[in-house]
Amino acid sequence: MTVALALATTVLLLMPTNAGSAESVNLYSARKEALVRPLLDSFTEATGTEVRLVTAKGGQLHQRLLAEGENSPADVLLTVDAGNLWRAAEAGLLQAVNSAYLDATVPETYRDPDGRWYGLSLRARAIVYATERVSGTDLADHLDGYLGLADPVWRGRIAVRSSNSIYNQSLIAAVIANYGPEVAERWTHGLVENFARPPSGGDRDQIRAVAAGEADLSIVNSYYYAVLLGSDDADWLAGTAIYFPADTEMGAHVNVSGAGVARHAPHPDAALELIEFLASPEAQSLYAELNHEFPVHPDVGPSGVVAEWGSIATDDLPVVQFGRLNPDAVRIADRAGWN
Amino acid sequence: MRLTRIRRLGHAGRRIRSLNGWAWTASGTSLLLVAPLLVVLFGAADPDNDLWPHLVDTVLAGYVVNTVGIAFGVAVGTAVLGVGTAWLIAMCDFPGRSVFAWALILPLALPGYVAAFVYGDLLEFAGPVQTALRDGFGWGKDDYWFPAVRSPLGAIAVLSLVLYPYVYLLVQTAFATQSATLIETGRLLGRGPLTIFRTLAIPLARPALAAGCALAVMETLNDIGVAELFGIGTFTTGIYRAWFGFGDVGAAARLATVLLLVVLAVLWAERRLRRSIRYHPENDRSRPVIRYALRGRRSALAILGCALPVGLGFALPAAVLVWWHVRAGAPIDPAFAGIVFNTLGLALGATILTVGIAGLVVFGLRLDPAIVRPFARTAGAGYAIPGVVVAVGILGLCSLLDHALNGASRAMFGTGTGLLLSGSVTVLLFAYAVRFLAVSMNALESSYHRIPGSLDAAARTLGVFPRGMLLRVHIPLLRSGVATAAALVFVEVMKELPATLILRPFDFNTLAVRAFEMADEERIADAALPALAIVAAGLLPLIVLSRRFRQPQFPTEAPS
Repeated sequence: MTVALALATTVLLLMPTNAGSAESVNLYSARKEALVRPLLDSFTEATGTEVRLVTAKGGQLHQRLLAEGENSPADVLLTVDAGNLWRAAEAGLLQAVNSAYLDATVPETYRDPDGRWYGLSLRARAIVYATERVSGTDLADHLDGYLGLADPVWRGRIAVRSSNSIYNQSLIAAVIANYGPEVAERWTHGLVENFARPPSGGDRDQIRAVAAGEADLSIVNSYYYAVLLGSDDADWLAGTAIYFPADTEMGAHVNVSGAGVARHAPHPDAALELIEFLASPEAQSLYAELNHEFPVHPDVGPSGVVAEWGSIATDDLPVVQFGRLNPDAVRIADRAGWN
Repeated sequence: MRLTRIRRLGHAGRRIRSLNGWAWTASGTSLLLVAPLLVVLFGAADPDNDLWPHLVDTVLAGYVVNTVGIAFGVAVGTAVLGVGTAWLIAMCDFPGRSVFAWALILPLALPGYVAAFVYGDLLEFAGPVQTALRDGFGWGKDDYWFPAVRSPLGAIAVLSLVLYPYVYLLVQTAFATQSATLIETGRLLGRGPLTIFRTLAIPLARPALAAGCALAVMETLNDIGVAELFGIGTFTTGIYRAWFGFGDVGAAARLATVLLLVVLAVLWAERRLRRSIRYHPENDRSRPVIRYALRGRRSALAILGCALPVGLGFALPAAVLVWWHVRAGAPIDPAFAGIVFNTLGLALGATILTVGIAGLVVFGLRLDPAIVRPFARTAGAGYAIPGVVVAVGILGLCSLLDHALNGASRAMFGTGTGLLLSGSVTVLLFAYAVRFLAVSMNALESSYHRIPGSLDAAARTLGVFPRGMLLRVHIPLLRSGVATAAALVFVEVMKELPATLILRPFDFNTLAVRAFEMADEERIADAALPALAIVAAGLLPLIVLSRRFRQPQFPTEAPS
């Protein structure tokens, strides 16, 4: 017993504490450590400032910031999806910053009008389809825009994950913003009718379903497909291709991952420095290579795999709308029975 | 300080009690553990809530059906697997029995979300099993029927496979130690094995069965990983969605309140089933039962009956993880040793704290049930509350304390303390205590019931009451209960995910966090190694635990 207690005390003393030093910046990140750590390491190399990291899901970090209030050690909140960024800003968790560099680098569509957060990487919600069972004419006739996903011609042929995923919620929100709530409601019901199977799994599983023949179309984030294409065993993807719907109303649905300075940041200057670094060409090409997202910096090109897809007609709706319309989007999904 | 309890029995058995320090400490500690839950539940009273009617209109009925259905299915599944295997091990002799006796516990080391991940991948349409079927028979998409693994039935199967050891552990002990005399009497009277099983063994093991099933059901109710992976709407995923999706604390708290009521009903049912047992044979020294020797086909069936749960609940998923890891040839992250160290340290610290608190509460319960019982019962509810709810409750509680400390420090010393508690390992340990008190209390209590009340009376007569009684009488006799409690808590903490994720300090990873991050990013090959490490580290305490079951050394049974 005594031995165990002594051991436990030693272990606890060796564990990290909450106190931070002046030479560090504290990051709450909804991006996984494996994807964000290489970026942080190059920041430390460039500036000498250490970055201390906690990762969790976006909503969880939001609750943690809320509970910690003015004593929070967080300097920067880095999260995926404009819906999460908008919600954090609305809850007063982020502060507005003045950065000529960020304003010049990040296009207006991809940032908060009040400067509380900035998009740092872009991902499109695209269609991965089976080339054998879906022809180019099918796509042109029945899927010029996202609304085509509700066309009865796709009955029982579409694979998509649960509407618990904020990616799907933001897609519905974008449809609401572009076509109005009635169209969005009818569209969601029609889409649910077209499901090949009850939604489950992640985006990669939807691509697998298409490759194996369980579904003909899947709705997935572009980088999942790119990561799979770039992996060693990409043979099974041979019968698939990616497609970006766009009609006259709405271009390819693009979302952001982004960051803002925490309202009560103990190191606000270092925080801004980190965000500016993440928008710099050096970090932007890392983003592109690490996870095959589209860089937000206009002068940085995408990864090789992504560049092969050619240029994409993206939607010009400001991403801040996804946040505003998120509650409506989730309600529509619930009413349509999209679990 | 010597505390005595004066019990004056008045006209109608009225008791006047002097201050009982032990009982009040036990109650106070329980209350502290319930506090985070209360913080959350207060949110339920929020009247300004327009999400709730929407939930009632659309998804609530589905949550109820799925949650109740899965919980019921898991109760039945774990009871069948747990009692069946326990009966074979305790009452029958067949080749491999001594190996299965401990191997049957192993599925407990496999987190449910990992098992769900593996089976989802293996059995889905695009997975290797269905692909092989299609290729082998030349079938197309609509030519055959295959059960959907990502469904409520799939969730029941996966959860039953990893949770049945709770039932097995408790029921096997009950079979092996409690009912030897009665069962042999039944045999002498010419009853066959089936009749004995149905009319003697099951009723005698009912309290153990109830306790085991209750643990499995509570774990099922708080599950988020399996339900999310399989795309099933349950109360727990609903709480998650209302809270982190809608940002509506009120609606989340209302869902949590309904869930809590279900939990209290489960706990109440378990107590009822436990209480109605009154016949513990006083003179039944725990000698082993004479087992049925199985031969030929029967012995083969017995081997199959034990091999299936071990194989499906442990060996196959573990083998798949190894295969994934080897196939990818992923290099081992240099930070991995640190992650293992963190995880083991946390699990050890949490085990000592949780078992210590459970011991205090159970001792208080023994001294003064009237005061302590209501507190102790509610404190156990943390086990069935989703870890994420516990975590957010704790965040709220800590921020209250931190703000108070900070303010006091500013007033006295002119400088703030910042956040002392929030984001510290201490808080993480506290969260584990809230979550896993029920597990350790269950194990300690069932061990405590075996200590006759006459020993307490003797201790009192000898003047070593109550501290000496605890240290010199109870603790030595409780050794096996403490070991069980410690092993179970250790394994649970290793597997715990949501509370760890939310509450952990900067730059602090555990195996479960790493496995989750990789799996969530759909990088299975990288998730395999930390998942395997969780399983491997969980094996050690489980094997220690299983050794205790080979030579049961329980003291005399006493009527309770």
